[in-house]
Amino acid sequence: MWDYSDKVKEHFFNPKNAGAVVDANATGEVGSISCGDALRLTLKVDDNSEIILEAGFQTFGCGSAIASSSVLTEIIKGMTLDEALKVTNQDIADQLEGLPPEKMHCSVMGREALQAAIANYRGEEWKDDHEEGALICKCFAIDAVMIEEMVWANKLRTVEDVTNFTKAGGGCAACHEDIEAILEKVLAEKGEKFDPGAAPVSKPVEKIAAVKTPLTNLQRIKKIEQVLESLRSSLMADGGDVELVEVVGNTAYVNMTGACNGCQMAAMTIAGIQQRLMEVMGEFIKVVPASEMAKLVNIEVA
Amino acid sequence: MADIYLDNNATTKVDPAVVDVMIPYFLEQYGNPSSIHKFADGVARGLKQARQQVQALIGCEHDSEIIFTSCGTESNSTAILSAIKAQPDKKEIITTVVEHPAILNLCSYLEKEGYTIHRLPVDRAGRLKLDAYQRLLSDQVAIVSVMWANNETGTIFPVAEMAEMANAAGVMFHTDAVQAVGKIPMMLQDTKIDMLSLSGHKLHAPKGIGVLYLRRGTRYRPLLRGGHQERGRRAGTENSASIVGLGKACELALEFIEYENTKVKAMRDRLEQGITEQIPHCFVTGDMYNRLPNTTDIAFEYIEGESILMLLNKAGIAASSGSACTSGSLEPSHVMRAMDIPYTAAHGTIRFSFSRYNTMAEVDKVVEAMPGIVATLRKLSPYWSGDGPVANPEQAFAPTYS
Repeated sequence: MWDYSDKVKEHFFNPKNAGAVVDANATGEVGSISCGDALRLTLKVDDNSEIILEAGFQTFGCGSAIASSSVLTEIIKGMTLDEALKVTNQDIADQLEGLPPEKMHCSVMGREALQAAIANYRGEEWKDDHEEGALICKCFAIDAVMIEEMVWANKLRTVEDVTNFTKAGGGCAACHEDIEAILEKVLAEKGEKFDPGAAPVSKPVEKIAAVKTPLTNLQRIKKIEQVLESLRSSLMADGGDVELVEVVGNTAYVNMTGACNGCQMAAMTIAGIQQRLMEVMGEFIKVVPASEMAKLVNIEVA
Repeated sequence: MADIYLDNNATTKVDPAVVDVMIPYFLEQYGNPSSIHKFADGVARGLKQARQQVQALIGCEHDSEIIFTSCGTESNSTAILSAIKAQPDKKEIITTVVEHPAILNLCSYLEKEGYTIHRLPVDRAGRLKLDAYQRLLSDQVAIVSVMWANNETGTIFPVAEMAEMANAAGVMFHTDAVQAVGKIPMMLQDTKIDMLSLSGHKLHAPKGIGVLYLRRGTRYRPLLRGGHQERGRRAGTENSASIVGLGKACELALEFIEYENTKVKAMRDRLEQGITEQIPHCFVTGDMYNRLPNTTDIAFEYIEGESILMLLNKAGIAASSGSACTSGSLEPSHVMRAMDIPYTAAHGTIRFSFSRYNTMAEVDKVVEAMPGIVATLRKLSPYWSGDGPVANPEQAFAPTYS
């Protein structure tokens, strides 16, 4: 059985806003019945203020799909459409106190249903921009399609390359056989042969000495900057970038920019950065999108 | 009432009588069976007895045809790899699309190594077509590996007949019988089955012990080479406590085989009838007329299996599902797909599998709990409206792929 948080169980056993909204004026339907997860989100939006008055969900899916749908409706009620568009899948996962890596796609589905519903309200056509493959790297939640695309786009040749560009395989290493199989397949399609001893095409992420002693805040900020700098090359290879905005205690607030901004994988990337920071710094570091800082201020004011 | 365990095809409770016979092999007779001293002098006898107890259950001619392994998977791998190593010129393997991953993933791996794998398809009731099988048998085939009974639906394959056909064509025949042994009677000496895998934990013995039956005279190459254990056919110090436990479990299984096919079957039938009569839009998968007595697999349309399991678990009932989500894969069970069960039903399949420890009172409790669980989830489903599915469900809800 999955290790679901209490929050997931709470929303699964007692879902909020289940069923279709009567007089809905926005509908988003996303998911894939072959994968066993699909969601219809219905909204009642106030035409003058664009505030979401009511939200309801109907979900065919597992425990975390139903919990993600339920929590999504709770998050967006009372928001304007523009505010709602800023809700990320990480927000959904965070509200649920985390999801297992195999289940992160449930939170992605929630976000996409929201985007689809808002597009529907505005008379736009919503197009899904990513394809999901079999989960390969469980440590960083990277799927086969993502790895294949990166291998194609960046002419990757070794497992190390794949790890440098996608983080896949950078944790427990159990998926290296699967990554080799993907490399073999893609390279064969390109008429090349996979050679495990080939020189990496990319510059490996710079090794930074792990720190042992407790850090002062200034040291911590410097160290975080250093780690982000070392990861920057692989982010820029995707056309993205990351900027450190604030460090409060053990929480680092970052801005994902360029292609990373709004990317489906941004949440995964943040999780990867967090993992790398913890490895180097030897202490718990939480990496949070800078958009979350507003909540922090509210808490302090309250 | 205590929690209800209906997941016996996944694994079983170890019978207390099995635990009892094992304990002395941890605390007293813990010597290495190969040693010459009093800590080991009873072990060889214990192993010999266990071998005979297994022999009696599967009805083979000699007790030396029993090779103890660590699990069903090891037995399966040993059988197939032995056949291809012993016959290096034969480059084809025949199996079925509905085998356990222990066979399917090994075959896919061998396919990459250059072997041709023939995967026999099944019809909507999970049955094989033997004429297609007959056409594939040739001197190019190293081994046929066909499960005796399917773990999800309980559907029984005609392995005795298929082994005759293979034998007539001069082809080795292996069967993965981990679900069948102990649930249906068998007499291997009257068949042409060359190799058979069984697993202790499916029949109230502990996990980590299995058997490969190897018909005397079958050409064989060990998977593990090393010491002389198991007559050099499976090296590694014997797991003596578990072997003795498996022996006891086999003795008990033989004792209860009639109970399994009468009382256990009656519980399964009552559950199946109770559920399918009360709940609309659900159906039994597999070959209803040729199944293991303890298994029923029911597809609940328009809802998803993991959600059903979570609500069942909350009600104190343990079962399993063929949905994608329960395994973390992107597709529902390959067995359901092979039978062409639509996605809206395949994701909602629940397998209830019984053992002699279950009771009719438990059956009644599950029959009472299921309608509410299914109704709760259907209320959330985009395919459901009021008392039934929406009209033209596939058109009424057609989500954008994400």
